[in-house]
Amino acid sequence: MLALLTRTAVRSAGVARRHLTKYTKSHEWVKIDKGVGTIGITDYAQSSLGDVVYVEVPEVGAEVTPEEPVGVVESVKSTSDIFSPLTGTIVDANKEVVGNTKLINKAAETDGWLFKVKFSSEAELDELLSAAEYKKHIADGGDH
Amino acid sequence: MARAMSTAPLRRTALYDLHVAHGAKFAPFAGWDMPLVYDGQGALDSHLHTRRHASVFDVSHMLQTRIVGRDRHRFLERLVVADLKELPVGGSTLSLFTNENGGIEDDTIITQHQDSLYVVSNAGCADKDLAHLQHHAAALQREGADVDVRRIDDHSLVALQGPASQAALERLTGLDLRQMPFMTGRVADVAGIPCHIARSGYTGEDGFELSIPTAEVASVTARLLEDPAVKLAGLAARDSLRLEAGLCLYGSDIDATTTPVEAGLVWTVGKRRRSEGGFLGADVILGQIASKGGLRRRVGLVSEGAPARAGARVLSADGEDVGVVTSGIPAPSLGKNVAMAYVKKSFSKKDTPLKIKVRGRTVDAVVAKMPFVPANYHKVQ
Repeated sequence: MLALLTRTAVRSAGVARRHLTKYTKSHEWVKIDKGVGTIGITDYAQSSLGDVVYVEVPEVGAEVTPEEPVGVVESVKSTSDIFSPLTGTIVDANKEVVGNTKLINKAAETDGWLFKVKFSSEAELDELLSAAEYKKHIADGGDH
Repeated sequence: MARAMSTAPLRRTALYDLHVAHGAKFAPFAGWDMPLVYDGQGALDSHLHTRRHASVFDVSHMLQTRIVGRDRHRFLERLVVADLKELPVGGSTLSLFTNENGGIEDDTIITQHQDSLYVVSNAGCADKDLAHLQHHAAALQREGADVDVRRIDDHSLVALQGPASQAALERLTGLDLRQMPFMTGRVADVAGIPCHIARSGYTGEDGFELSIPTAEVASVTARLLEDPAVKLAGLAARDSLRLEAGLCLYGSDIDATTTPVEAGLVWTVGKRRRSEGGFLGADVILGQIASKGGLRRRVGLVSEGAPARAGARVLSADGEDVGVVTSGIPAPSLGKNVAMAYVKKSFSKKDTPLKIKVRGRTVDAVVAKMPFVPANYHKVQ
């Protein structure tokens, strides 16, 4: 089983950076496609947060960095800042989740995406977690 | 993180296994491992279910105390603002433990019994409250007074809240509870088990708080849950329900630095107590009542857009910093944001337009009467 996993990992690394999904310690997912990262919160994050009742996404055209929050996802009880792990320019934002916040609970990692960023630094991709690393991060408690 | 930082293990209530069986997600609260939400029902579902039907909340972490002795009224009136001589047998009242500075040490529900006072206070203040009660009881005992403070540690506390509570409890007691007024307490058999039932709560709805022998609490709670209208609900819903109902959370909306006058809780100070005083901090509190003093007031705020949370600064329409939010949520029953805040007295009038600073931007807010959601307390016809 372990050998099989290792082989899969090697193969997906081979596909390189054109088409893959990565994760952050702060529970965002990033789907990379041709220099654009689509970003949302993970299923684990939506489940921890509970029913999402308020969402803010960044404006198209905004310049973003990993240091500053670019949006927010809120449940009745708590507020979670959303970060872009990639430096770049916002090229699209999901207006549908703003009006239909339930979408994040229903489909956090697909239709519940938050924004797309055209990123300027490939090196930042190396900072992100693989699916296996993210799984381990959650198993360790998920704190960031 | 709180778990890792705390050295003492979290305490579990007698309903812990029942919570686990219902897929509870737990969170540390005042040293206890308490259910936050349950599997298949988010905080929002539980909140709305309580408003429409009924929910059971485990509140066994709260401190239950019985005060006995001939001098029990004289004793407790030194520590709280209520008129306990006026309180009829079977009657309950919200009251406040105060300190020498006129601040609030805790809020509490006191029920008058024939032979004792039954006192329920906050889990987060349990150690402090008990020490405070015992310290003052010992002082009075040295003067020859007949008073004793007894922690009730063999009973667990469960709150049944929501419009379907009466019917659910009637089924298990065989009583006609229509005649039991809100804010009264009595002893009754629930599912054959002798319990103390108090018609009160922390949600703005009709409901009961049941003090049940700990050995039987799991079975009695299971019987309550046999009613299809009754579901478990956790601390997340409890907090949003109480905030919509305009009820204070100790440690957030009131604390040792806020006075009853600033907190808008003057109504808890009994009429006789206003002339006689005799409780800790009476000089400060009665002085503030007389002069409408204190620099700030607790107010309700309603806003739209980004929800304001505890700590958010409140600004006047002109941009002057006039206060701070102490609790805030997007209100599940209203579709708007509601908050409690302390603001300068001159900005505390209903309908005063204010602004709240949320993440560097401001949202418009207006001072609103509380409760934010109309109270649905039982009235005897």
